[in-house]
Parts: sequence; structure tokens; C-alpha cells
Amino acid sequence: MKILSKIYMTLIFIFLYAPIFVLIAFSFNNSKSRIVWSGFTFKWYLRLFENQDILHAFYNTIIIASVSAIIATVLGTAAAVGIYKSKKWQKKLIINITNLPMINPEIVTGVSLMIFFVLIYNIFGFFKPGLITRSCAHTTFCVPYVILSVMPKIRQMDYHTYEAAQDLGCNPIIAFIKVVIPQIMPGIITGMIMSFTMSIDDFVISYFVGGTVQTLPIAVYSMTRKIVSPEINALSSVLFITVFVLLIVINLRQAKDKKIKN
Amino acid sequence: MKKFLIIFTLIFLNIFCFNCAAVNDSINVYSWGEFISNGADKSINVNAKFTEETGIKVNYKTFQNNEELFAKISGGGADYDVIIPSDYMISRLIEKNMLAKINFENIPNYKFIFPQFKNLNFDPKSEYSVPYMWGVIGIFYNKNEVKEKINWDILWNEKYKNKILMFDNARDAFAISLLRMGESINTTDKNIWRKAADELIIQKPLVQAYVMDQIFDKMDNAEAVLAPYYAGDAAAMIKNNPNIGFVIPEEGTNRFIDSMCIPKSSPKKELAEKYINFMCRTDIALANVKKTGYSTPHSEAYSLLDDEIKNNPIFYPNESIIKKSQIFINLPDNINKYIDELWVEVKSGGTSENSWFLFVFLACFGIIYLSIFLCKKNKIKKS
Amino acid sequence: MKIKLKLNLLPYILWMTLFVLIPLMLIIAFAFTTPEGTFTFNNIIYATKYSAVFGRSIVFGAIATIICFIIGYPMAYFISKTKIKYQSVFIMLLMIPMWTSFLLRTYAWMTILEYNGLLNKVVSFFGFEKINMINTPGAIILGMIYNFLPYMILPIYTALSKMDKRVIEAAQDLGANKLTIFKKVIFPLSLSGVISGITMVFVPSVSTFVISKMLGGGAILVIGDLIEMQFLGNSYNPYLGSAISLILMVIILICMGIMNQLEDYSANQNKVK
Repeated sequence: MKILSKIYMTLIFIFLYAPIFVLIAFSFNNSKSRIVWSGFTFKWYLRLFENQDILHAFYNTIIIASVSAIIATVLGTAAAVGIYKSKKWQKKLIINITNLPMINPEIVTGVSLMIFFVLIYNIFGFFKPGLITRSCAHTTFCVPYVILSVMPKIRQMDYHTYEAAQDLGCNPIIAFIKVVIPQIMPGIITGMIMSFTMSIDDFVISYFVGGTVQTLPIAVYSMTRKIVSPEINALSSVLFITVFVLLIVINLRQAKDKKIKN
Repeated sequence: MKKFLIIFTLIFLNIFCFNCAAVNDSINVYSWGEFISNGADKSINVNAKFTEETGIKVNYKTFQNNEELFAKISGGGADYDVIIPSDYMISRLIEKNMLAKINFENIPNYKFIFPQFKNLNFDPKSEYSVPYMWGVIGIFYNKNEVKEKINWDILWNEKYKNKILMFDNARDAFAISLLRMGESINTTDKNIWRKAADELIIQKPLVQAYVMDQIFDKMDNAEAVLAPYYAGDAAAMIKNNPNIGFVIPEEGTNRFIDSMCIPKSSPKKELAEKYINFMCRTDIALANVKKTGYSTPHSEAYSLLDDEIKNNPIFYPNESIIKKSQIFINLPDNINKYIDELWVEVKSGGTSENSWFLFVFLACFGIIYLSIFLCKKNKIKKS
Repeated sequence: MKIKLKLNLLPYILWMTLFVLIPLMLIIAFAFTTPEGTFTFNNIIYATKYSAVFGRSIVFGAIATIICFIIGYPMAYFISKTKIKYQSVFIMLLMIPMWTSFLLRTYAWMTILEYNGLLNKVVSFFGFEKINMINTPGAIILGMIYNFLPYMILPIYTALSKMDKRVIEAAQDLGANKLTIFKKVIFPLSLSGVISGITMVFVPSVSTFVISKMLGGGAILVIGDLIEMQFLGNSYNPYLGSAISLILMVIILICMGIMNQLEDYSANQNKVK
């Protein structure tokens, strides 16, 4: 049974990682072809740093991801605190609204925002499709995840400390910053990281609210309709390995911390 | 944490500065894929050169087909300054009042354009467009697999099942069907369009994929053996892979003229004109022609080409083919709408006979929902 | 105090109204208007012409979901059975692929599945006939399974790992065999995970357009393609596109409703017992 389960797990992981290995392998392929192997090379990695289009798209992606992660975190944290303290029916309503963008298919969210932005732009002349609209759209689908990761922390938190701080004469806002925030910080950070990564990888919504701004997923999409340049393979290999190493380091450190505690 | 804040504020500041810097001196160009000399294989990087000479940055984006361009522009969201649509799309855009009149005083290089490419039926007074490239459509084939005579009918041949590629846009795909039937590609008779669609539905089981620029990749890897596409791509493909041939069927073909235009919504018309003028400069036009392989309407660039290319019937077909070729013109709105409907029908393999299926389906779902709901209520009552 | 907390919520509510509720209202409004701005049912009636496409998408989505469940459940179960130390590693391994662009991963599948692709090279190496895999419904479903499998495994794993091990021990003490324990104890307790897994796989599968385009060659149309065609593709008609989106939303809402009812139902049954 044990061996069987191990074989099964290995097979599933092979299934999940096979395409990624194909991607990485072809980032070292000498020719542009994605079928014929014609020798080992590093040139795509070097060219990556010369390719202005890809670097520019990467830059845009990071900007949009940072902006939307920050706004989503602020909005989401404030909302999570608000939801915790509001009345039951209000809570239910707000949680339902929060669930809406998560249940709704991405493509519907995308086209609804596209109609909305275009209409606003045509009537009022602002929200011109571009960096700003895309950041707004990304914030919208990130906020629910921030709320989801902050809510449990607020439930775990000892609310009396906040009241105690106020009783001791602290101004509510300062009390909030000094007492509440540190307690729910892990949730906030998780939410922010989640928003950031989701925003980086989002294609469907960006595709519809894009305007002329080029981000990585959009660039990749237009390439997949022709030939994907191996520079993109190189870039995704670099990203993949960075994430991989980062996660391993974090895990190792956590394990170490646990050992020390024990 | 403080470090984080500093980094984020820096990024924030960066956006604004970045935007300020980018606002005044950049233009958005929207064109076909593989349609410009981009610096690969020791060619001139035209956009980079333009930036170098004028300090204006070029955001170059590509589209797959004219309809995609139309959707993007009529959505109102996109702010392109120079677009390169084909003939019929230009007349459609003119009709919809979406193009700006070009000030030809800013484009002195317009004099190099062959007179036969001026005042064509899609832009009768040549007010809105500057011809950039032209060409015909033909069939690419794999010389090892296809030995027989090639005409449009071969795309309906059972022998090549799953090895045929087709255009992924309505106008071009229908043109093939119409040419095969010997009809005008600009017919306004709905019955003929219906018939053409039926033929395409018959063809569908033989088609491996509906693609545009992916055909380079698929033909090169011998995934497919027959694919209709634009002649301009023949040069690059044949050079790349000598097994690939190109034929312009004798029944006649479609001739297209892609021209540079300025959308009405463009905020930087003068910069756009500067760019168009730059594209008409002889050295730039020559570089573009050499790189893309399409046929040029630019007289100076044409005269500087190698004789081998000038005399190649693929790029500069002889009079008889030109005479037999047809140019798309814009069709009335109701026909356009009808074609869109037919195209969805073709791609989805015919419409279903009973459109009530969906309602029945939804109703079934509703019943399941209700029954579970009722069951639950009963259980709760019982307990 | 009260005023301040409401202020906390205010920006969020404003934001969501502006960017979620109003756009959705617009979809509904567009679905029932003509380009001239008058009220009409024609868009909806026209959209039902594409029943075949809707049916195909739902079938593809359902098959992908069922297969994801069949291969995902044992995976989640096995992971939850390993030592706690390793569990987090396995979960991490499941999440890592999600950090590489899903477009590129799907594109890599194209390389694998093509007629002259990697898999067929292996097949012909062993002397078998090459198989035509790309541009078939199977390829699309495979793409869906590949992309959304982690969404099935993760919630089931969470439900399984949260389960109180003492319940299983109690069942064992009472003489239940392994199969009965699984049927009567483990599976019902993991049902909440299964149901959220099913929705998390079904919704994106039904509405995808990228996977069908890349692995189906544009010859097999699904709802996502249809919507994309109306907004950014070949036939520009946001009114019809909105109507199709609205129907898609209704289908998904009904499916979710059924799922929720099932969950409640089973939860109640457990309580009754």
C-alpha cells in the first residue's frame, strides 16, 4: 500500500512538472524550434537582458502587481476589521459581495470590467484603459483573498487588548496601528503575497481591460499565437527557480525555528 | 517593514515619473505580426531607428486579424496612433467615421508610392491611408506530401484530413470558399454566403486547426501539409525550409493592400504622420520589404530590389493573375453581421437544430436543485 | 466606536460597488438592449442558438472535474497520510507550478502533444503508430485537468488534515473495516473539501478560452471562445457577448446552488445520525 501510494504521488508530480521541465529544457535549445533539439546554449538568457520589450513588460507587470497588492491589502485589512465588528445581516451581505468575484468566472469579470471602463471613458473621459484600469481590476480580484487571509487572524486576536489600549488613553487610530496590526500581521503579509502572485500571473482579466499596456502574460499570449521566443522560456525558468529556491529557504528556516523552539 | 515601505514608495514614484516621461514622446503602433523589420538577422530595427532619430518612443503591438483591430478600436479603450488595417477594414473604418484625414503635407515621401496604389476603391480620394504593403493569398504546401496540382479544391480533399490549416478570420476563410465556387468575394447575396458557409462546414472535419501566424510553426514542423496564407510570408518560410512550396491557384485569388492610417481617437496625430513619413522613406521601406517579404507599393524601394525578387511571380505576380485577383471592399452592415453569424456557425460545427436544449438543460438543473432542497426540508422536519 | 468601524468598511464597499456590482449590472443591462439602446430579448434568444457550444463546454467541464476528483482525491488522501513534516513539502510542490505562467505551461503541452511532438516521438520509438492528440477534445480536457488539478487537491487535503483522527480510531474500535471507515467516516467528513474543489475546478474549466484555443486549434469552440469573439475577436458584438456571459453566469450559479444544497444536505444527514 505504502509503495503504491508513493508511486501514485510520483506519477502525479511528474504529470504536474513535465511541461515545466520541457519549458526549462528548451530554454537551453540552440535553435528557435520547440521540437528539434540542436545543441546546448545559454544565449537566450543573455538575450533576455537585452530584449527591451520583454523587460518592459516585466517592469509593467511588477508595477501593476505591487500597486494592486498594496491597495488590496489596505482595503482588505480595513474591511476585514469592519466585517468582524458589524451586525450579522451586514456581515452576511458583505461576505456575499466578497465571494462574488471569486465565484464569477474570470472571463465574465473581465468583460464586465471592460464594458464598465470603456463606458466610463467614453462618457466622463477618465479611466482610460491602461496601467490604472488594470491595477483597479487586479485590486478588485485580489481584495477577497486578503480578507480571507486576514479574517482568521482577527478572530484569533484578543480584542480586549485594543480596548485596553484605548482605556489607557490611546487614540483609537494609534491603538489600531500599535495593537491590532502587529497581531494580524502574518495574515496581512500572506494576503499581500497572495495578491502579488495572483496579479503577476493573471491573464484573462488583463486581456480584457488592457488597453495598450504590455504585461508579461499578454506578451506571452501574443507569442503563443506565433512562435514563443526562447527568451520567454529563459525568463520563466529564472522565475521558476527563484520561487523554488525562495520557498525552500523559507521552509528550511521555519524548520530551524521549530527545532530551536523545541 | 520600513524597508518595505521605502521600496514601495519608490515604486509608486517611479510609476508617475515613468508616465510623465512617456506621455509626450511615444506613439502606439498597432500592426500585423511579422510585418516590420525588427532587427533580427542583421536587418535594420526600424522602430529603434525611429526613436534614435526623433526621440519618439514606439510602442509596437500586433494583432491577428482586421476584426480584432476593429474590436479594439471600436471598444474605444485603445489609443493607437498608427494602425495598419487592410483594404476592406479601411473603408469600414472610414464609413464609421473612425479615421482621421491625413495631412499629406507632413508626408513628403508619399510621392514614392506607385500611382496605381492611390485612389483605390476602399479610399477613393486617398485621404485616409498610405499604402504600406500588398500581396495575394495562396496555398503553402509540403513538397514531400503533396504532389498533385494545387487549386482551392485541394483544401477539401479527404486525403489530407487533419493536415489542413485554415484562416482564423471570417473574411479570408469565406474568400477561399467563394473563390472555389467561382463567386465574387464581395457578393451581397445572402444565399451565396450561406452556400459558402455550408462548404466550410463540410470542410471542417478535415481541418486540423484555424490559425493565423501559427502556420509558420506548424508548416515548419510538418504538423500540417496544406495551409492558405499571405504570399509575403512565402520568402521567409521557403528560405527556412526548402520542403515548403507556395502556389497561387489559377482560379483567381484575393489581393490585399495594407495601408497605414491614423485613428480619429489618436491624440498625437503629428507624431503619427512623422512615423508614417518615416516608414515611406526609401531605406526604411526597403528594409521592411526585405525583411517581411511582402510586395511593396513603394516605387524607389521596388527599383532597388534584387531582380530575382522583382521577377519572382510569387511576390510580383504577372498581369494575368493580377487581373483575375479581387480586392475586398467593405460590405453593408447587415451582410457583415450575417457573415459573423455564419462564421461562428462554421467554427462551432453548425448550429444545433433545437435551440431549446439550453432551456431544457437549465430547467433540469432547476428541478434537481428544488428536489434536493425539498428532500432536505423533509429530512429536517422528520428529525 | 461604531462610526469608526463603519468607516473601515466604507472604502471597501465603495470599491466593490464600483468595480464588481456596477459592471455586473452593466452586463445584465447590455444583455437586454439593442445597439440603439432599446429593450430587447433578441440577444438572449440569439444566444440560445449556440446551445451546442454551451452543451459542449458543460460536458468538457464536467468530465475534467470528475477526472480531477478521481485522481485528486487519492492524492490528497495520500498526502494527508504522510508524516506532518513532509506534508508541507508536498503541498509546496503542488503550489509551485502555479507560479509559472499558465500560458507557458499550456504551450508546453502543445509541444508534448503535437503529431511530431515529444510524446509521439516516444510512441514511435517503441514502434507504435503515431497518435493524433493535439486539436482534439481530449487534449482540451487534458489541459483543463492539468491546470486545475491543484485546485481540487488542496481543499480536499485541508479537509482531510483537519479531521479529528480520534473519530477514525473510535470507528476502528467499534469494529468497522477500512472500507466502511472510508465510506462512513472519512469521505463524509471531507465532503466540504470535495465540494469546494469541484466548484474551483468546474468554474474555470467551463469558462476557459485560452486552453481551448491552444490545445483545440480553434476548431472546437467553447463558451469562453464565444464570449471572447464577441468582445475582442472576430465578430464584435458586446450585446450578444453580454447575453452569453449572463447565461454562463446563470449556469454557474445554478451549479453552485446544487453544490451548496448537497453540502448542507450531507451535513444535516451527519447531524441526524
